[in-house]
Amino acid sequence: MGWMELREVVEDLKKKFPEDIEGEVFHEKKITKIVVRKERLMEIAKYLRDLHGFDHVKGVTGVDLVALKEGGGPYIEVIYHLGSIKNEKLVDVILNISIRLDREKPLTKSLYSIWPSVEYHEREVYEMFGVVFEDHPNLKKLLLPEYWMDTPPLRKDYKVPGRD
Amino acid sequence: MVLEEKKVIHVYDEGGPRLSFSYGPQHPGTGHFRMIVTVSGDTVVDLEPDPGFVHRGEEKMAEYKTWITNIPHFERPSILDATHMVLPYCLAVEKLMEVDPPERAKYLRTIVAELDRIASHLYWFSLYGIFLGHSTMFLWCVNDREFILDLSQLITGQRFTHAYVIPGGVRNDAPKTVPKDLVKEFKIYYMHMIGREPSQEELNEDFKKYVLNVADFMDLRLDQYYEMFFDSEIFIERTRGVGVLKREDAVKLGIPGTTLRASGVSFDTRVADPYDAYPYVKFKIAVRTEGDCYARAMVGFQEMRESLNIIRQTVEQMPEGPVKVKQHPVVIKVPKGEAIGRAEAARGEIIFYVVSDGADRPYRVRMITPSFRLLPALPHLSIGSRIADIPPIYWSLNYWPVETDR
Repeated sequence: MGWMELREVVEDLKKKFPEDIEGEVFHEKKITKIVVRKERLMEIAKYLRDLHGFDHVKGVTGVDLVALKEGGGPYIEVIYHLGSIKNEKLVDVILNISIRLDREKPLTKSLYSIWPSVEYHEREVYEMFGVVFEDHPNLKKLLLPEYWMDTPPLRKDYKVPGRD
Repeated sequence: MVLEEKKVIHVYDEGGPRLSFSYGPQHPGTGHFRMIVTVSGDTVVDLEPDPGFVHRGEEKMAEYKTWITNIPHFERPSILDATHMVLPYCLAVEKLMEVDPPERAKYLRTIVAELDRIASHLYWFSLYGIFLGHSTMFLWCVNDREFILDLSQLITGQRFTHAYVIPGGVRNDAPKTVPKDLVKEFKIYYMHMIGREPSQEELNEDFKKYVLNVADFMDLRLDQYYEMFFDSEIFIERTRGVGVLKREDAVKLGIPGTTLRASGVSFDTRVADPYDAYPYVKFKIAVRTEGDCYARAMVGFQEMRESLNIIRQTVEQMPEGPVKVKQHPVVIKVPKGEAIGRAEAARGEIIFYVVSDGADRPYRVRMITPSFRLLPALPHLSIGSRIADIPPIYWSLNYWPVETDR
């Protein structure tokens, strides 16, 4: 099963980047997630692509951590769900790489140059959370109307009109 | 594009004027979706997909609703493939709650999911046909789909958007018998379409026999589909060699589902990360290597046959027993944590990322739908082709705008 191999990948990452792994969530069935320092995300992504064969991103998720009771804080978490077709041992698993960004000024480098598949996903996180991805080739609104000027809607401080 | 090989575009008026126009959003066929197409003559030199016309904020809505009331509205992005839209959500919630559905529920889920896959593919081919000028395919598919939907209704109570899957099982059990009128209607339809009486097994009100007969009927119809549509000049001329997606490009762009398999990648979540009753059934992954519009259609066609196989096996093997762990009240609490649920929907891999903080409603639900992941394929395939190739390319991807927008 791919879980064992995925575990080895995580151990390998810890050895290779001992300073840059800030946390990890591991549960065989539920999820395998590692939190990395955002400054080193590019290197880690490159390493994962070239050495372990993670060749595409299945999705990019933003989470506003401000209202989370445990482990929360003034952060926006951006999670890259990585998948592999090339590496046969890792076909059946998803590796989640997460970074934490300052909620006031969420800024990170786009991974477009490493995985072109992040293009539309990053655009969605940009409009829904206000996260700015540097060096993204086409960072503009995707699903929201062009005239949307309110708080990014998936942040916790955006209240849906008529709901509360 | 960061892809290594840059496409060579042949235009006959190099440096001449370019025309940009909007393809949609009153799109004839699917939901509302726009492509901004730039052409030189009739060669597409640029195409930008512009989704969002049917965005309803499902992910934000999920934070306001309880864990259970979320189920019906998660189906809305893709009503013709409703089971697959809630299945990964329920799988993720089950992981958080650490419950395992009873065996019978797993089989029922699989049957309904495969029925949805067939219904969704039939809908896909009906529109694929009519956009290539093949009206017979439209009428055939829509007509035959009725009996698949009737079967869904028999099991779940609804033709589509049945909200059948719940955390820890399914909502209700399948009936033991089929209404007399339905059997009679099916018999007449069978006679009309196949030209003889159903002979495989005697057809009566028994549920299992009825399902097996509908599966056999669809199998025979698929043979007819092949002759009428997939092997016809109208279809082949418009699709063979059009919109070729290479294997490396498909992987790089993160393309899922039928489109990925048509490019020669044998990846199916049902096999890679099996859930429900899929570990107990035998089926083949439909793979083609050409990567063109024809291959994508053929993958869908073969998948319908495999789905029928799965339905036959599950109906035969389905054990007796309870169908849910317990009846949930509308408000339940789910333990803290995060989990990922994934399934193979009709259009490809669908992923749910769920975060719970122990409350009665989710902290965050993220839906990663297959149609959203198909977006980069549209410009990649269309640029360099003719305007007349846009419909076959668009329909071969089995792209569903509402599923993208959520």
